[in-house]
Amino acid sequence: MNMKLLLTLLFASLTLVVAKAQETGDIIIRNGTVLTITNGTLENTDVLIRDGKISKIGTDLKAPNGAKEYDATGKFVMPGIIDAHSHIGIDAVNEATSPVTAEVFTGDALDPLDVSIYRALAGGVTISHALHGSANAIGGESETIKHRYGTVNPSDLAMEGAPRTIKFALGENPTRVHGGGSNIVPRTRMGVEAVFRNAFSEGREYMEAWDEYNANKDKKGYTGIAPEYNRRLETIADILRGDIIIHCHSYRADEIYMLMQVCKDFGVKKLVFQHVNEGFKVAPELAEFGAMASVFSDWWAYKFEVYYSTAYNAAILTRNGVVTSINSDSGELIRHLYHEAAKTLKYGDLSEEEALKLITINPAKQLGIDDRVGSLEEGKDGDVAVFSAHPLSIYAIPELTVVDGIVRFDRENDPADMRIYPDPEEDIEVILSHEHRSDRCMQDTEFLFQQ
Amino acid sequence: MRKIVYLLVFVLLNLVQPVFGQNAKADYGVFALTNAEIVTVTNGTVQNGTLIIRDGMIESIGTSVEIPSDAKVIDCSGLQIYPGMIDAGSRIGLIEVGSDARTRDYNEIGDVIPQMKTLTAVNPNSALIPVNRVSGVTTSLIMPSGGIFPGTASLINLHGYTPDQMYADFESILINFPVTGRRGRWDRRSDDEIKKQAEKNISEMKEVWNSAKAYARIDSALKAEGNGERPDYYPEMEAMMPYVRGEKPVLVEVNAAKDIKAAIAWVEENDIDAIFIGVSEGWRMADELAKAGIPVITGPVLSTPTRSYDNYDQAYANAGMMQKAGVQVALRTGDAENIRNLPYNAGFAAAYGMGREEALKAITIVPARIFGVDDQLGSLEEGKKATLFITTGDPFETSTDVRHVFIDGWNIPLESRQTKLYDEFLERSPGVEK
Repeated sequence: MNMKLLLTLLFASLTLVVAKAQETGDIIIRNGTVLTITNGTLENTDVLIRDGKISKIGTDLKAPNGAKEYDATGKFVMPGIIDAHSHIGIDAVNEATSPVTAEVFTGDALDPLDVSIYRALAGGVTISHALHGSANAIGGESETIKHRYGTVNPSDLAMEGAPRTIKFALGENPTRVHGGGSNIVPRTRMGVEAVFRNAFSEGREYMEAWDEYNANKDKKGYTGIAPEYNRRLETIADILRGDIIIHCHSYRADEIYMLMQVCKDFGVKKLVFQHVNEGFKVAPELAEFGAMASVFSDWWAYKFEVYYSTAYNAAILTRNGVVTSINSDSGELIRHLYHEAAKTLKYGDLSEEEALKLITINPAKQLGIDDRVGSLEEGKDGDVAVFSAHPLSIYAIPELTVVDGIVRFDRENDPADMRIYPDPEEDIEVILSHEHRSDRCMQDTEFLFQQ
Repeated sequence: MRKIVYLLVFVLLNLVQPVFGQNAKADYGVFALTNAEIVTVTNGTVQNGTLIIRDGMIESIGTSVEIPSDAKVIDCSGLQIYPGMIDAGSRIGLIEVGSDARTRDYNEIGDVIPQMKTLTAVNPNSALIPVNRVSGVTTSLIMPSGGIFPGTASLINLHGYTPDQMYADFESILINFPVTGRRGRWDRRSDDEIKKQAEKNISEMKEVWNSAKAYARIDSALKAEGNGERPDYYPEMEAMMPYVRGEKPVLVEVNAAKDIKAAIAWVEENDIDAIFIGVSEGWRMADELAKAGIPVITGPVLSTPTRSYDNYDQAYANAGMMQKAGVQVALRTGDAENIRNLPYNAGFAAAYGMGREEALKAITIVPARIFGVDDQLGSLEEGKKATLFITTGDPFETSTDVRHVFIDGWNIPLESRQTKLYDEFLERSPGVEK
């Protein structure tokens, strides 16, 4: 075998791996109660997915040859659940070395081997937002991932075509890390505002310098030189251009209000608040701005800035016209977001339809992917979850989860050990004891607080 | 001058009055809960029944109960009555704001401090209490944490203005059975360090227990002599006497399968009346636990598997697997600010194998039995405490609303800071206009 042939074969097999990992599937899910989210509930209805896309929703559909058949009689079919705030599937969370780290990207730290991805699938979750942590006022860009568990190629997790997002953070976390831990601004909520205004101002100067250069560089007699490239300012300039959605960790009403004022001053419109426990106090302002809110169902009191929270937050925001989602921020909670959303039936009497939107089309809007996912409509991605009962019932068990038409979780076929590469050195007596409050928003900053 | 004084008094009265008027008081007396579906837990369900509350107790239950003339009648048509839910392990009242050490009162300094009582540190006025009890969780065992003997846990009702008013007649020392494995991904000790530390802790635990036994023997011997002499004052030993004498059960927190096995061996060898708590790998040792007849408090049900290679739903299934093997299983949240999620923990256990009926028992009559207070709590029976709640349906479903909560016969107002914030901000006034 000559070298050229060998190389060609090697190349071909590589392409095959890539092609296989991004493969899409055909499946027909028959006779279920279909919760479309955007077009009501359809009884005894089939959902057909071809080449990873929903090709038809109707009764007595014909399936193409080779398509998987799944009988959903007596079961409930809904779009794959979307978590707008998570840290699963990434190997690093915080680059806690500066109040502004717009140059980093969680998409560079994807970990397809994280078994949390499988556990999320087993809760019907097909997409999560792999957010940077909340140590910095301006954190890193964040990847929207599809739960294609089984792939070993990190970049296969990335949802191709999803808009860019970036993590911001207000309040105790950035002030504790930088003001408290490193003795630099911000130590207070005043400092946090100053960090944003400085960064946006520098970003604007950078953007204008490049715009000026690009507009003139081909003109005859132009003697200017290109500004120095700066990855951090590039990203901030793209925020100002409207190319990146801000997702901002926040709790208190005053700081939420502050960031809206800063964004107004710089013409930034794409703004989603995360946690936003006191969002209910400025719900009219959020609605007026067009900012969205991604909240916990009932977490509170774990730190002072969430002491004056209420589990009625999601309901108040929804009633005030704010596009609201319920998120997990936790490898545990992500497994039962359907139950977290169901709590809004109790806290604020949302309708079942409103409650389901909190974990489907609304987080899709917040991630800028609602044209592709978040509801069951022909032409959308074939991301589907099947439940044994209505997903807002406590007795509902997720039974099948499909991503791009491929079955990634099937309760009927669920071996205990779902690790992709078991670590031969892992001590099998390792017990992860229950950690109260297991959110990972502050992971990788522990070194600052060791005594 | 007088005018100014009047004005001042007027202003002050107006400032003060709304503050006094803020919190509704609980109501006491004779209540008739009529036309209800009464889920007794121990004696089936009474349809269209009446339940009479008098002097804090359930006076009668039935379909042909006469309504006393002095009773306040609550029409429960279409509603259900359940015994108050018992969270068999939490920190409510011991903690206010999680991240602030000044508001954490469950972890005193010292490895061997069984005399430290959580009942002492419970804050009856914690904002967390109303937020949680309005969901029908009326009672909880509040736990110390820390070293090997971190203190005494206490059973409290979530109503009362002093710890004594809240106390629900059960307390027990906690033993944290030494952990032989790695405690989590943050545990960076070497295998050797872990092994040495565990051996040291186990021998310390045994030594303390044996010392307490010796102390109790000395105490008995001196008492028998009857000359008023007492052993030297060791508060740790004093606190342990009722437990080493077998007069009260001890709580043993243990989770990993290997540790559960060792703990069973230790309590059997020393004839210790033990309640195991935690027991997150109980499913791996279910038959052994059943054979040993050790009751178990487990939870939170809503947690991740203990090992990366276990089934994704292992923590949901754990309680049911133990219960099916014949273990007496009660549930805990291990939480503080959200013990209101106890019924949902029970609901997940129900869905993943335990079944609804057993899961309901696991948060009512089973913990009451384990704590020896089943003559007072855990079911709806004549002569028991009127600690109960009234719902629009299945308490495990989030679509169900709680309409009334009674604790020791007190009709608890269904408001909390969280409901007040809802009332204030649902339609904020002013809105965006200045």
